[in-house]
Amino acid sequence: MNFIIEAFKPACHVSVTFADAKHRKQAALKKENGKTEMIPLFRSQDNIIGTVSVEPVPGKKVEHKGIKVELLGQIEMYSDRGNFYDFTSLVRELDIPGEIYEKKDFPFEFSSVEMPYETYSGINVRLRYVLKVTITRGYPGSIVQFQDFVVRNYSPSPSINNSIKMEVGIEDCLHIEFEYNKSKYHLKDVIIGKIYFLLVRIKMKNMDLEIRRRESTGSGTSTHVETETLAKYELMDGAPVRGESIPIRLFLSPYELTPTYRNTNNKFSVKYYLNLVLVDEEDRRYFKQQEITIYRLAESSEQAEAL
Amino acid sequence: MVIVNGMEDEDKWLAEGIAGIQHNAVCLHRALDSDNLRDALKYAAQLLSELRTSRLSPHKYYELYMRAFDEMRRLEIFFKEEDRHGCSVVDLHELVQHAGNVLPRLYLLCTVGSVYIKSKEALAKDVLKDLVEMCRAVQHPVRGLFLRSYLAQISRDKLPDIGSEFEGEGDTVMDAVEFVLQNFTEMNKLWVRMQHQGPFIEKQKLEKERNELRDLVGKNLHVISQIEGVDLDIYRDTVLPKVLEQIINCKDELAQYYLMDCMIQVFPDEYHLKTLETLLGACPQLLPTVDLKTVLSQLMERLSNYASSNPELLPEFLQVEAFSKLSNAIGKVIAAQVDMPIVGTFTLYVSLLTFTLRVHPDQLDYVDQVLGSCVKKLSGKPKAEVSKATKQVIALLSAPLDKYDDIVRALTLSNYPRVMDHLDSGPNKVMAMVIINSIMKNKTCVSTSDKVEVLFELIKGLLKDLDGASTEELDDEDFNEEQNSVACLMHMLYNDDPEEMLKIICTVWKHVVVGGSRRLPFTVPPLVFSALKLVRRVQSQDGDVTDEESPATPRKIFQLLSQIIDALSAVPAPELALRLYLQCAEAANDCELEPVAYDLFTQAFVLYEEEIVDSKAQVVAIHLIIGTLQRMHVFGVENRDTLTHKATGYSAKLLKKPDQCRAVYACSHLFWIDDQDSNKDGERVLLCLKRSLRIANAAQQMSNVTRGISGPVTLFVEILNKYIYFFEKGNPQISPSAIQDLIELIKTELQSDGITLPWSPALDPFLTSTLRYIKFQKQKGGAMGEKYGAIKL
Repeated sequence: MNFIIEAFKPACHVSVTFADAKHRKQAALKKENGKTEMIPLFRSQDNIIGTVSVEPVPGKKVEHKGIKVELLGQIEMYSDRGNFYDFTSLVRELDIPGEIYEKKDFPFEFSSVEMPYETYSGINVRLRYVLKVTITRGYPGSIVQFQDFVVRNYSPSPSINNSIKMEVGIEDCLHIEFEYNKSKYHLKDVIIGKIYFLLVRIKMKNMDLEIRRRESTGSGTSTHVETETLAKYELMDGAPVRGESIPIRLFLSPYELTPTYRNTNNKFSVKYYLNLVLVDEEDRRYFKQQEITIYRLAESSEQAEAL
Repeated sequence: MVIVNGMEDEDKWLAEGIAGIQHNAVCLHRALDSDNLRDALKYAAQLLSELRTSRLSPHKYYELYMRAFDEMRRLEIFFKEEDRHGCSVVDLHELVQHAGNVLPRLYLLCTVGSVYIKSKEALAKDVLKDLVEMCRAVQHPVRGLFLRSYLAQISRDKLPDIGSEFEGEGDTVMDAVEFVLQNFTEMNKLWVRMQHQGPFIEKQKLEKERNELRDLVGKNLHVISQIEGVDLDIYRDTVLPKVLEQIINCKDELAQYYLMDCMIQVFPDEYHLKTLETLLGACPQLLPTVDLKTVLSQLMERLSNYASSNPELLPEFLQVEAFSKLSNAIGKVIAAQVDMPIVGTFTLYVSLLTFTLRVHPDQLDYVDQVLGSCVKKLSGKPKAEVSKATKQVIALLSAPLDKYDDIVRALTLSNYPRVMDHLDSGPNKVMAMVIINSIMKNKTCVSTSDKVEVLFELIKGLLKDLDGASTEELDDEDFNEEQNSVACLMHMLYNDDPEEMLKIICTVWKHVVVGGSRRLPFTVPPLVFSALKLVRRVQSQDGDVTDEESPATPRKIFQLLSQIIDALSAVPAPELALRLYLQCAEAANDCELEPVAYDLFTQAFVLYEEEIVDSKAQVVAIHLIIGTLQRMHVFGVENRDTLTHKATGYSAKLLKKPDQCRAVYACSHLFWIDDQDSNKDGERVLLCLKRSLRIANAAQQMSNVTRGISGPVTLFVEILNKYIYFFEKGNPQISPSAIQDLIELIKTELQSDGITLPWSPALDPFLTSTLRYIKFQKQKGGAMGEKYGAIKL
């Protein structure tokens, strides 16, 4: 028995460690099994430096035809599970063919890596970055080890950030004017605004503000769109009369948002909408959807903002 | 919501709500005990979610609210203790806003807001302003009202008031005022909006529910009034205009009434006085159906209380022209509220008048102005309509009487009678009675003929039949009471100056003479006696020197008296007239006016002859005549003879024998006047007595014939007494033997009646005591005893 197990046991233990693992920030990433794990966080143009350790099982040797480490940026469509589209692929050869008898470290470095897209895990699509270590062997097959890492890219505060202001209505029924203080919000931002009732002939019951995420994948005729409501925030209770103005103050921090991704590598887009929903006493819904842009503000300035 | 078993359902829903709160409260307490902020927030929000119900009436909702309120107090304490939950108040402030439902979110925000202000990490005004703005999110009237009431509650002790720990550093009283004002405005809007709630609820029920909630709105005004820093300037420049604006703009009857009332109640009177114009200026702008009369009446009552609290305030009232402002405002309100019933109008005037009387008791012209306005309002109105406001008009007219103890002041009000003219005859009389009673109560003396003229003009409803009113319908008792009052009133008219007094009498007479036959018997006697009093006064003043030039000579007064009494002939009331003539004659006697006295006696006799036909009345009349005549000393022998002759003649002609007998023996006195030696005719006295004896005898016999027994001997005993009287007076014609004979006669009479002596005294106590008297006189001795000695019993 022992003998059989021995045969299927990997012949060696491969691990990847990042050079600055102790200081580097980590982010939570949801794994495929549903668990979240804290893994190192990078941004575009970072140098990704580390070491690959290969440690053969004691008393065994690893015979190989070469060792390499790849940095891959992959997009996976769930409709086409298992097939990854690599939009980034960098390779570092670590070792020439040979034999390894004891633990051996192979330092590697990818400097100023261009990682334009952020790690994302959506309904129909996933974007991930991974380091793939391959120990090429003839028989019994190559040894492959993956190490995920998260990429997040920060944007500066947009120089132009107009408010969204609009008057909408149903003729002789309902006229409202709403205003959101900005069109672009960072992830920890607060939406401030108000709804002004110009004409109310409908008996309102309540009014909600929804944050909706629209994830569209594919292109052309095979475009697939998924919309989910991430936040449903009650703005108003009861029936207003003409002239009332209802304040909006919605903190974005409690919601699991990502920045807006527009046409990520021609594969998918993630957009955010504010949906203002008015419900009347007969439970009829009147709504108006407005796109907002969400961006990731650098941590330091985010904190400054919060203060 | 369908109202089927509405009440039961509501109770059920309330029970469910309470259960929900209790359940979440248990979880909340557990979270608080373990300092678990996350859970605490979660359960607090769930607990507060029970308040999202729409199914409860305000009354029941309040019960739910109070339970939630108690839990919020616990939560607030927890929030305050940062070391327990490790979250700064700033973070907490954001954290509670993550709640998805607006109502729980805002309750939590208010709760944190309270802690935030206390922590002083932010300016109180900023936090308050934010809260009052954010609460706009609840537009449901009941839920909104309670939420804002919660806000008002938690902020009460955190307003940046003078002397409060939250004042200064950018927080001023104005911020406090603005905050409360805004909350007030929003609450009022919600409250007003309630009336437009669902079609299922009947209007009445809605009104009731709104009434239950009104104090939540009014509380804000109370809070402002409690802010130390709200001085007159802030009140005048900020509070008042803003509140009034809200009151006017809300265009809701209930709210306008309640809030106006509230304003008047919660703010000091001093402020009202100083801002009277603004406050009153708002009144005409309110809805025409608002019950302004109550509001304004309250205001005036408060102001007058204020004025009377300190007499030094009066100049202030004058300075701000409180009266004319109020008067103007009332005029405008009445003009604006065309549908105001006349009762309302007059209630207002009554209040204004009361105010005037209390604040400016000396300004009679103000009082008159008010009455003038009433006259204007009344003129052109049909009496039927006016009659609806009778009570108010009477109150209006009574007010000055109550205030001024003497009616005289009221009499100078030119509009007073004009208002009275508008009263129906019934109320008019009531009012006249009020006036008279006031005079009587205060014992006011009305001292000039002018005033009497005015006064009698006022009470003319009692003095004559007004148009269209018939005395027939009147209850006799009421009528008598009224006329008695008028009679009483006459005694309150008095002036020391005889001339003026005569004028007064003439004036009264002028009014009384038209009173008709039912009134004259009541009104003439007091007037006559009043005139007689004057006669005696003139007489005693002038003595014998009577100035013929003076208008008030006894002679002239007697002329008037004759006229007055003569009026009774139309009634007719001969007996009364006769008495009055006799009274006058006696007075004339005292004035030594023989012709006058004679004339008056003549009148009396004429009446006796022509008008008095009833035999009983005749008896009474003849005795009166005899009695009066006996006292007359003014007549000469001739006149006297004529009159006594007449009197004795009539006496003998009375119908019943006993009456004849008594009248005749009474006449004996006419010939024997004690203090007049010239008038002592013993012979004629004896004649009279003998004549009466004859009549008595005849009566006795007649009785014997008709009834078989002779009557009692009373008549004889009476005559015996007369004998004794004149005997004692020294009439030489009355001898002891005559008396003795009479006694014998009586005894014989008794015997013939079948009674033998000695009789039991009980049989005729009169005789017994008469005899005892004689015996007593005999035994007494002295001159009298000697005189009696001759009489043997």
